[in-house]
Amino acid sequence: MTVQDSIMPHDTTQKSSLLHIYWQRFRRNRFAVAGVFVILLLFAASIGAPLITPYHPGTIDAYHVLLPPSADHWFGTDELGRDVFTRMIYGARISLKVGFVAVGIAVVIGTVVGLLAGFYGGWTDSILMRLVDIMLCFPTFFLILAVIAMLEPSIWYIMIIIGVTGWMGVARLVRAEVLSLRERDFVMAARALGASDFRIIFRHILPNAMSPVLVSASLGVAGAILTESALSFLGIGVQPPDPSWGNILTAGKDYIEFAWWLSLFPGLAILVTVLSYNLVGEGIRDALDPRLNQ
Amino acid sequence: MVTYLLRRILTLVPLLIGITLITFTVIHLAPGAPVEMQLDMNPKVSAESRERLRKFYGLDKPLHVQYVAWLGKLAKLDFGQSFAPDNRPVLDKIKERIPVTLRLNIIALILEFALAIPIGVYAATHRDTLADKGITIFVFIGFAVPTFWLALLLMYLFGVKLGWLPISGLQSLGYEKLSWWGQLWDQAKHLVMPIGVATFGSLAGLSRYMRSNMLEVIRQDYITTARAKGLSERVVIYRHALRNALLPVITLLGFSLPALIGGSVIFETIFAIPGMGQLFYQGVMARDYPLVMGILVIGAFLTLVGNLVADVCYALADPRIRHGQK
Repeated sequence: MTVQDSIMPHDTTQKSSLLHIYWQRFRRNRFAVAGVFVILLLFAASIGAPLITPYHPGTIDAYHVLLPPSADHWFGTDELGRDVFTRMIYGARISLKVGFVAVGIAVVIGTVVGLLAGFYGGWTDSILMRLVDIMLCFPTFFLILAVIAMLEPSIWYIMIIIGVTGWMGVARLVRAEVLSLRERDFVMAARALGASDFRIIFRHILPNAMSPVLVSASLGVAGAILTESALSFLGIGVQPPDPSWGNILTAGKDYIEFAWWLSLFPGLAILVTVLSYNLVGEGIRDALDPRLNQ
Repeated sequence: MVTYLLRRILTLVPLLIGITLITFTVIHLAPGAPVEMQLDMNPKVSAESRERLRKFYGLDKPLHVQYVAWLGKLAKLDFGQSFAPDNRPVLDKIKERIPVTLRLNIIALILEFALAIPIGVYAATHRDTLADKGITIFVFIGFAVPTFWLALLLMYLFGVKLGWLPISGLQSLGYEKLSWWGQLWDQAKHLVMPIGVATFGSLAGLSRYMRSNMLEVIRQDYITTARAKGLSERVVIYRHALRNALLPVITLLGFSLPALIGGSVIFETIFAIPGMGQLFYQGVMARDYPLVMGILVIGAFLTLVGNLVADVCYALADPRIRHGQK
């Protein structure tokens, strides 16, 4: 009977790997599974958009302006007679893309900063962590707006800026993990075997520090989608005529007295998507560390 | 305590320098110098203001000289003049907007804490009951609702459909003619929706945080001790547990400031409230560089002060911090 067995009695069968245990726990969380389902559905819809809807997102139809929802136009039409449902499906492409690219950037920057700060400590740590403190002082939304003011609005800039202003949380998480990991025996062992810093950091420490990052990434995607929609709503994100959930809502605001459907559906779409990512994030967290929710 | 305070204030210096450096970098992100290429193509900026900008930043000089010169001006609180047609000093423009935004945000902050703390405590002490589950669902939806969308829905419901509340501005027409009470009532009616939206925006996060803090504290040995002593549940929860659960919330107070200020761009723009957020948005749209830089620096500075105040409060509340025990 090893120590491990006494800690994890149900792990004695040997066949269930750690990953399998995580998956089992995750699967038991109905909300998280529902979240995954919704996200997959959204991806499928946005990829297969031309198959789902007979309309084109940019077709202007002066005879069918601001029609309420009907069998022909499920979510009604906008001020230029475009089908709102179609525009929302195409808009989903942008929202999903923004979430992934922005968070990808944030995770890469945050992970590298956190690894360096935690592993080397001393001056490297002080300087990098002061940088984190400084970045956290700026109201993020102000910083994003200011950068966009300097550049031409483009969806790629938006993704990069959301990423570049959103890595600080990840950096702190990773640093905290690394601080405890670098004192562990397996790091000592790797060092004794003559492994380089680079190898120790990326082969031994990084894989062990990734689980909190996964949670934070999932929640980050939700945040990035919210930010993009707010920017597009304010007219500095996705530029018309390209559809995005945020900029459909801009029209919704202008026509709020005549066309409630322009405001209701895109907002609901954002809500459901963000909610799904949050549920998945929480699900991963509970699966990785059930202690938190007991 | 004094040493703690001094040490804490000293750490502000590098942060301040960093803030100005980043702001300076942002303004120089535009391809070429901030004036040259970008503004040549931008008809919104006149030749006159281009010349003024060039002179203000000394753009003929190398970058580090420009930075130091700008820093010197900042130290004298000289943020330059706005590019807008009124041409007024940026500082004056910001000064008249700050009270509006601060008042709104402070009311929202107070409401948020007044609601979130009881919600969180209730959820934690009634764990896994129907009420706790209801609160959890509310929290998750609160996290996911885009605030600008919520603002739109409220405007539609209370402004357009029911006609109970005004949908924009801070005062009605003929405000001056109203009695003192009338003015107060009028202001209150204008503020209900913006403050409601601002509060709701961070309510979910804070109550969730409060709930998990409380759950963490209830597990501690001193709570078991208190219960074992035979203290009533009320005393255990409100005197022993709550105090300790509130400690980390103080830090959060400082952190929620940038989010609130940043969020004010959205609801001030939607509800047409003449605050800093709206001014900033207008500055961004008009490429009013001095204004954008000025607000960015001041916004970050306000956050810094907020964090400092939060830290000092934390030190006052928690002797472990005050005496430098790690």
